Amino acid sequence: MKNLKLKKDLGSYYAYPMGIWFSLFFLLPMVLIFAYSFLSKGLYGGVELQLSLKAYRDIFQKAYLLILGRTVVISFEATLYTIIIAIPCALALARSKRQTLYLTLIIIPFLINSLLRIFAWMSILGSDGIINRTLIQLGIITDSLPLLYNRRAVILVMVYMYLPYAILPIFSAIDRFDFSLLEAARDLGATKMQSYIKVLFPSIKSGINTAIIFTFIPAFGAYTIPLFVGGKDSYLLGNLIVDQVTKTRNWPLASAFSMFLTLISTVLVMYVFVDDKKKNPKKKRKI
Amino acid sequence: MLGSSVIIEHLSKDYGDFHALKDVSMNINQGEFFSILGPSGCGKTTLLRIIAGFVFPDEGAVYLGDQNIVDLPPEQRDCNTVFQNYALFPHLSIYENIAFPLRLQKMSESAIDERVKKYLKMVQLENHSQKKPNQVSGGQRQRVAIARALINEPKVLLLDEPLSALDAKLRSNLLIDLDNIHDQIGITFIYITHDQSEALSVSDRIAVMNKGEILQIGEPFEIYESPATEFVASFIGETNIFSTTVSECSKKEDTDEYLCKLELDNFSVPVFVTDDGPTEVGQRVSYTVRPEKIHISLQKPMGRKYLNIFKGIVEEPIYAGFQSKLYIRLENGELIKVFKQHIKFLDEGPEISYLDEVYVSWTATDGYIIEDIDR
Ligand SMILES: Nc1ncnc2c1ncn2[C@@H]1O[C@H](COP(=O)(O)OP(=O)(O)OP(=O)(O)O)[C@@H](O)[C@H]1O
Ligand SMILES: [Mg+2]
Repeated sequence: MKNLKLKKDLGSYYAYPMGIWFSLFFLLPMVLIFAYSFLSKGLYGGVELQLSLKAYRDIFQKAYLLILGRTVVISFEATLYTIIIAIPCALALARSKRQTLYLTLIIIPFLINSLLRIFAWMSILGSDGIINRTLIQLGIITDSLPLLYNRRAVILVMVYMYLPYAILPIFSAIDRFDFSLLEAARDLGATKMQSYIKVLFPSIKSGINTAIIFTFIPAFGAYTIPLFVGGKDSYLLGNLIVDQVTKTRNWPLASAFSMFLTLISTVLVMYVFVDDKKKNPKKKRKI
Repeated sequence: MLGSSVIIEHLSKDYGDFHALKDVSMNINQGEFFSILGPSGCGKTTLLRIIAGFVFPDEGAVYLGDQNIVDLPPEQRDCNTVFQNYALFPHLSIYENIAFPLRLQKMSESAIDERVKKYLKMVQLENHSQKKPNQVSGGQRQRVAIARALINEPKVLLLDEPLSALDAKLRSNLLIDLDNIHDQIGITFIYITHDQSEALSVSDRIAVMNKGEILQIGEPFEIYESPATEFVASFIGETNIFSTTVSECSKKEDTDEYLCKLELDNFSVPVFVTDDGPTEVGQRVSYTVRPEKIHISLQKPMGRKYLNIFKGIVEEPIYAGFQSKLYIRLENGELIKVFKQHIKFLDEGPEISYLDEVYVSWTATDGYIIEDIDR
């Protein structure tokens, strides 16, 4: 009994290394940014130690709100397409006999630097890229199609980038799903489609929620993708923040935008997880 | 009656080179409690899944009433299944599980509620309706599966070893419940099991299967008392089987019965047996006699006519509460099983124990000839 109690007490100490790591590299920068957002702009970047709410007042300019709205819409679209593609992929993966092979293929892109992968897309979509050259050689078009530097390219590359992050949690949920339940549904009168909607989807909802978070949040904060493959119509919040730091040198404003971004992301995560918890109060969440 | 007959004609199903079902035919009557009995892997589930519509047969037809349903998808067949693993929907409450088929039909909320309550009551789960399947016991889950399969009021209920995951006591209780439900609603039940005592106790008729083939179809007592093959004899209950040759066979005066004399291999004493048909002299047949039909005594019993008497040594007495199982080595070296019922507290006569020399005896009408010997 005594021994057991001792072990149990020790439990909280095991969390310390993680806690220290978390505080140092996550919480501290957060607090700094939070503090910066309430200070005044330094002349050559940085901040001056003078409390001010100017940054937060500036956020609500029409031009900024436009960028914010655009970021929401593009992230939303990218997430939607990603999930729509990820679900059948995960289903096929879960039912495939060569699971390990396909899983490896999905994971391989992670081993390649993301910038390189963006450059690869640039050489595919560019005016002198593979697609345009092939089409011109085939005589289908005479002038290059504008495939790059627009919002379509941004969404395409986003979907490509985040697809593995969406497939994996959905796959893991489907993998745990008992497919004989679909037969039971059919037996009880459901059509094939109804059995998917009424039995499969509710059972893998937590996986889909995780996939949504894993896709929407990086898309919402994305900055390299719109920088390299985007154009004027796809200048996003991430780009705005970077430009505020490097070009306009308005650190408080950049910090305020960052806080804003964090806030929206957090609200989304809370919403999805709380929704999940309400439905399965006893079950432990697995990602 | 609400049920429907099920006629299965020449069903065959191969998985690659493996013949899961070989030319299976049977007629199941309207409202019958029909069991399909066979060892694990003999193709019972495959047969049931063909009836339910999840497996497409290579050959053959399935008629529900007079409609061939082989080409219909599962959702359009008027039969429902209680699955081997229950297959309850984990994300829905017990209530919603049972309501599932009704919701698909877009029935009104009040009609659903009325019907679900009725079936919840039938399976005695009124107090558990809001729990999730993983919050109730195995037996309760089983009953949810039954209620869910019945709520659509199908013409045929298919049950795939519905009790196999439960403990013995619960099994016998649920079996009685099932039988009562069958009597109440009167639809056709097709009940799959590998447990012969379950099948014997509730079925109107039983089909015995092995290796994808139907060996015998009949009422429980027929299957037990006059098995068609050696496999049926040994699979249903316990029995003694001997290889013999027919040496005489003649019609008994004043009856339809025939009396045959069989020579046991390496044995000088013949056995007598009655049969309802003649058997050719010189034919090799199996002879079976159930252990509970055999009388055992220390003294040689009075030599009535056609009483089969053999001498042997008790090799293994096993006490089993309501009875003792005794393994007796006969003089030809063959081992014979005898069940001795403990009807009274102190049985008549002195106790029989290990290595005693005993006489085992049974009459000519107690044993059976099985002509189908090569199995
Ligand atoms: N999809 C399949 N592919 C290949 N072989 C199969 C398939 N389904 C069943 N079998 C084989 O067919 C045989 C019959 O299987 P079935 O499930 O019908 O047995 P069963 O009588 O229900 O056994 P149990 O009592 O163990 O449930 C088995 O040997 C099994 O291995
Ligand atoms: Mg089975």
